Amino acid sequence: MAEKVIICKDLTKQFGDFYAVNQISFEVAKGEIFGFLGANGAGKTTAMRILCGLSYPTSGEAIVAGFDVYRQQEDIKRHIGYMSQKFSLYENLTVLENIEFFGGVYGVSRKEIKERSDLLVKDLGLEREAKKLVSDLPLGWKQKLAFSTAIFHRPKIVFLDEPTGGVDPLTRRQFWDMIYEAASSGITVFVTTHYMDEAEYCDRVSVMVDGRVEALDTPNKLKETYGADDMDGVFYRLAMGAKRTGD
Amino acid sequence: MKQLFIFIRKEFYHVFRDKRTLLIMFGLPVVQIVLFGFALNNEVKNVELLIVDKAQDALSGQLTDKIRASAYFIVEEDPGMAYTAIEAKLKKGNTKSALIIPANFSDDLKHGGSAQVQIIADGSDPNVAKTIVNYLSRIIGDFQKQVFATPSIMPYTIVPEMRMLYNEEGNGSLNFIPGVMALILMIVCTALTSVSVVKEKEMGTMEVLLVSPFKPIMVLIAKAVPYLLLSIANFTLILLLTVFLLDIAIKGSILLLFLESTLFIITCLSLGLLISNVTASQQTALLICLMAMMLPTIIFTGFIMPLENMPKPFQVISNIVPSRWYFLIVKSVMLKGLGFQSVWKETLVLFGMAISLLFIALKNFKIRLQ
Repeated sequence: MAEKVIICKDLTKQFGDFYAVNQISFEVAKGEIFGFLGANGAGKTTAMRILCGLSYPTSGEAIVAGFDVYRQQEDIKRHIGYMSQKFSLYENLTVLENIEFFGGVYGVSRKEIKERSDLLVKDLGLEREAKKLVSDLPLGWKQKLAFSTAIFHRPKIVFLDEPTGGVDPLTRRQFWDMIYEAASSGITVFVTTHYMDEAEYCDRVSVMVDGRVEALDTPNKLKETYGADDMDGVFYRLAMGAKRTGD
Repeated sequence: MKQLFIFIRKEFYHVFRDKRTLLIMFGLPVVQIVLFGFALNNEVKNVELLIVDKAQDALSGQLTDKIRASAYFIVEEDPGMAYTAIEAKLKKGNTKSALIIPANFSDDLKHGGSAQVQIIADGSDPNVAKTIVNYLSRIIGDFQKQVFATPSIMPYTIVPEMRMLYNEEGNGSLNFIPGVMALILMIVCTALTSVSVVKEKEMGTMEVLLVSPFKPIMVLIAKAVPYLLLSIANFTLILLLTVFLLDIAIKGSILLLFLESTLFIITCLSLGLLISNVTASQQTALLICLMAMMLPTIIFTGFIMPLENMPKPFQVISNIVPSRWYFLIVKSVMLKGLGFQSVWKETLVLFGMAISLLFIALKNFKIRLQ
């Protein structure tokens, strides 16, 4: 069994008598692409926030990148990357300035920033745009750049919160190529999405319903279990049983 | 520390690439200083004065010359004008004021020891009229002293001497400058700071910053430092404009003025950070700054309307407006040339405000996303 980078046990987050996250338990292995699915309001974001060290759970345990979510939030933050559906780069900074800034915030040394950013710009084919403002880039490139920035400091885990929202299918495909590449280099990818075709790309998928993890397996096994042709069908059958509706 | 530096550098990129912010920051002081310094002037200069000298002798001539010699009046003389004609002239607005010297002026003065002159001023503009009457009374009083050079003649006369202290020339822009300083710093510091924080929330970059190991408190500090530096630069610009454009000398210690201003700037920045904590959009933040900051600043600072004339409740309210205290400090230090011992109370109040605002702002900063 590979090394576990995320371990959740009976993780619960309670707001008053409302259980946003209700005793969820799962493990994510190093280098795995873990799909975190669920309808709006199912508790995905709350769970992800706890794992990112942004909020404390009410009860249960969770270890992220080897650190405890109660006591070692700062250490967790240092070892994860994060990218949200909202565009997470500065529009009026150039490509290079953005990389320098986020690299610097994560404490990457100046020399390394220089080396890695040169490489990154070349990989992305952004040589000519490197000194241009990010606001001048097309959305697809911005998303790719945002992802590259999120893993620039070589985190153990990268959390992607609906990263491909509003992006065209071709760019989404390229985006997933980047995710595969990151995973093969050993970075664990924790991704939420509403696109069920993307769920098929994941190694394993969990589906949250009403604050609980209702299903967790590989996409193929899930399809088998629920007798569906695709992940769309699986998701539909699970989400049908939800009592809570979207936020 | 290195991270903080990187963050601050990023903030400077933002400011210098946003032409609008730069324009607000450095255009506003210029416009305000010019507006308040030149246009909004309540001093009285070059007022039309009609002198109707029925006496036409050496003494009345001396008085007329003396008035002429002052810079306040443009004198027009018409010894033969009838009283009704004078009134008609005032009514039409052809003159603002008139001084009538009766035919027996010199005789009365020499033999009776006292004489009468009549001053008529256009009361439809009461402030100007009052000032004109004051000026003329002073000139006539001076004249009286000259004529009776030997004090023994009038042993019991009490001569009131009026002086406009700290502003002997009656320079109107003087009083406005400290007010304008307070106003500009207030607007620039609070509005720009709050907008810069809220912008990150709107753009979604705040989320990324909060997930990063960069400490939330450091985010606020990194946001405040560039605006602190820019505000001090801004303050320097205002001072230069004041000294070189409006010809107003700084009487007190410039160092003290800078220190006090820095304290006020920190107060405003804290207020800006506080506003940014409780708002979610740039528009709301700006609106709060303009409505909740600008108006009270203008009204309760006391540079347009004297606080003493306000109803008691308003006077009490004015105490919580930081610019009110800063205004007092600048007036004392810059115009009166007073030292720290005269403004320590105001400084203490401002210091207290800065500390508590900063504390509340830091306390309320939402470390965890909603």
